[in-house]
Amino acid sequence: MSIVSDWGTLTHLARRSLRQHALSTIVTVLSVALASGLVMSVVAIQTQARDAFQSGTGGFDAVLGARGSAVQLVLNTVFHLETSPGNIPWSDYQQLLGDRRVKAAIPYAVGDHYRGFRIVGTTASVFEAFTNATGAPLMTFGSGRAFDPGRMEAVVGSYVADRTGLRVGDTFHPSHGISGHGHEHEYEYVVVGVTAPTNSPLDRVVWIPLEGVFRMDGHALHGTGEPFIAVAGEAIPDEHKQVSSVLVKLASPAFGEQLSREFNQKRSDTTFVWPIASTMASLFDKIGWVNRVFELVSYLVIIVATAAILASLYNTINERRREFAILRALGARRQTVLASIVLESTTIAFLGTVAGLLVYALIFVIAGWAVRDRTGVVLTIWAWHDTYWLTPTLTVALGALAGLVPALKAYATDVASNLERIS
Amino acid sequence: MPVLEIANLIKRYPNPDGAFRTIVDVPAFAMEPDQQTALFGRSGSGKTTFLHLVSGILRSDGGSVTIDNETMSAVAESRRDRLRARAIGYVFQTFNLLYGHSALENVELAMRFGRGVDRTLARELLERVGLAAHLHHRPSQLSVGQQQRVAVARALANHPKLVLADEPTGSLDEQSASDAIALIRTLCRENGAALLLVSHDRSILAQFDDVRDFSTLNQAAPELSVEAAPS
Repeated sequence: MSIVSDWGTLTHLARRSLRQHALSTIVTVLSVALASGLVMSVVAIQTQARDAFQSGTGGFDAVLGARGSAVQLVLNTVFHLETSPGNIPWSDYQQLLGDRRVKAAIPYAVGDHYRGFRIVGTTASVFEAFTNATGAPLMTFGSGRAFDPGRMEAVVGSYVADRTGLRVGDTFHPSHGISGHGHEHEYEYVVVGVTAPTNSPLDRVVWIPLEGVFRMDGHALHGTGEPFIAVAGEAIPDEHKQVSSVLVKLASPAFGEQLSREFNQKRSDTTFVWPIASTMASLFDKIGWVNRVFELVSYLVIIVATAAILASLYNTINERRREFAILRALGARRQTVLASIVLESTTIAFLGTVAGLLVYALIFVIAGWAVRDRTGVVLTIWAWHDTYWLTPTLTVALGALAGLVPALKAYATDVASNLERIS
Repeated sequence: MPVLEIANLIKRYPNPDGAFRTIVDVPAFAMEPDQQTALFGRSGSGKTTFLHLVSGILRSDGGSVTIDNETMSAVAESRRDRLRARAIGYVFQTFNLLYGHSALENVELAMRFGRGVDRTLARELLERVGLAAHLHHRPSQLSVGQQQRVAVARALANHPKLVLADEPTGSLDEQSASDAIALIRTLCRENGAALLLVSHDRSILAQFDDVRDFSTLNQAAPELSVEAAPS
């Protein structure tokens, strides 16, 4: 037979057998689909999440905050997660603002939320300060404008607007604390702007003027060590002011080391995290073993799924011996029988990986929604990753390999003894 | 020129004690194109083994089987498979149809290993055996007689030089058996194929001019002949 007719015969035999054993075919295809979908989603999600957390610094190089964990400070300031390690004096912010080595310094004061979304007190320059990878401004206004620092105005991130329904002109009362059911402040803020989606944690923030946090009812400032309550209509002396952290853009990367030395070694009450990306990288390195365990488990699931192909085909070989004997009696070569079984297992693995793309998409959408809901980081389902070709290739190769065992059993089928009695 | 030539054909099987028992020992046998021969013999006399040796399903322990000028016993297994597909049609007692395939697909499947699928010919063959209305029926949806006719059509699918039929009417009543044999003989004649049929049914044998007692061909007496295992 020619290669073409051989191939036609093989596909005919494999297709027929898969259809004849439809139930076991469907079950094994589904198990392979789950396995390959799981591997692709675990690898892709963890890679994208890592990349997002390492590159999502918005163009800032460093963070200054109270003495404590560098990771906590970065998570709190850059990703609006975790609690603040404490406050630093207003003078530190002003020092950075006047430092020639610093290109930009954005102060953050946190401590309130609206329906679980963090309220950040800052300056209006925050809206121009964040930049994307190309250096273009990250934050733009979907509607409205920036807040007036002297008014009780707010700008809400796009995700906050989506989830809470806040629109320009709406009012709300901040709640105390960074989440949960803290008491509601009396002061009412009016929404004057909604930022366009940035697909970053910035979308989950409610921005208000720094002064607003200082003057929020129930807030006391401890810049001097003694509590100070701001009085309406009166200026707040600088010595009482505090901020939670300051985001810093350096004039040159060379200054990072100097500033780090000044705040981390000469001071005992501050932490200067520089560079931000390497802090996040070290965090992911620390929890890297968890990811590796996930990956390992996923690969084990693939092996188990391909073993299921092997078992399901192997179990049918005995009942199909007569079929193989008939095929051989009709002139089929041993190799044709062997190849048809391998093609069957390969087809199951292939169909499994195709269905696995759907499983992957499903897992990715659910996980992506959860990640976005908790961090603001948006995972892109279409972002290319090597796992999209590596996993299907590995799965199909393992499927072919799994078919070899039953195929060899079929290959060894004795024709005469499996046809009928000897007379 | 003979379509089948057999010389000193030997087949042995091992006994549980390790000794080998000769089942088939046919010194000479030949068939001309268009020849139709019926063999009869006792059960266990090695008739099926003989047909399996002729078709190359079994490998002989000695001697030669030459079909259509190709010595089957001298070539590799894959070549024997090809020769079987191309030159031999086989009608089994239990038909050996594939249950998952329709009548038409059973015939086409045989073609896949032989001269290639010819759907028109497959239909014609099934129509010729009276199954025009059952092309897409699976074996389980056909009567025994209809299954037997599918097996006949399949045996002729590759225009074989030789058709082997092993008790092909064993599952049929007398009238159906007689009709089936007439059909096989006619189709073999129409297709220019020689026919070697094994049967123990006297009414079937009576339809053939050339009827042989297998024991006169086979020098082995399987139930008696025991010899030492070859070293």
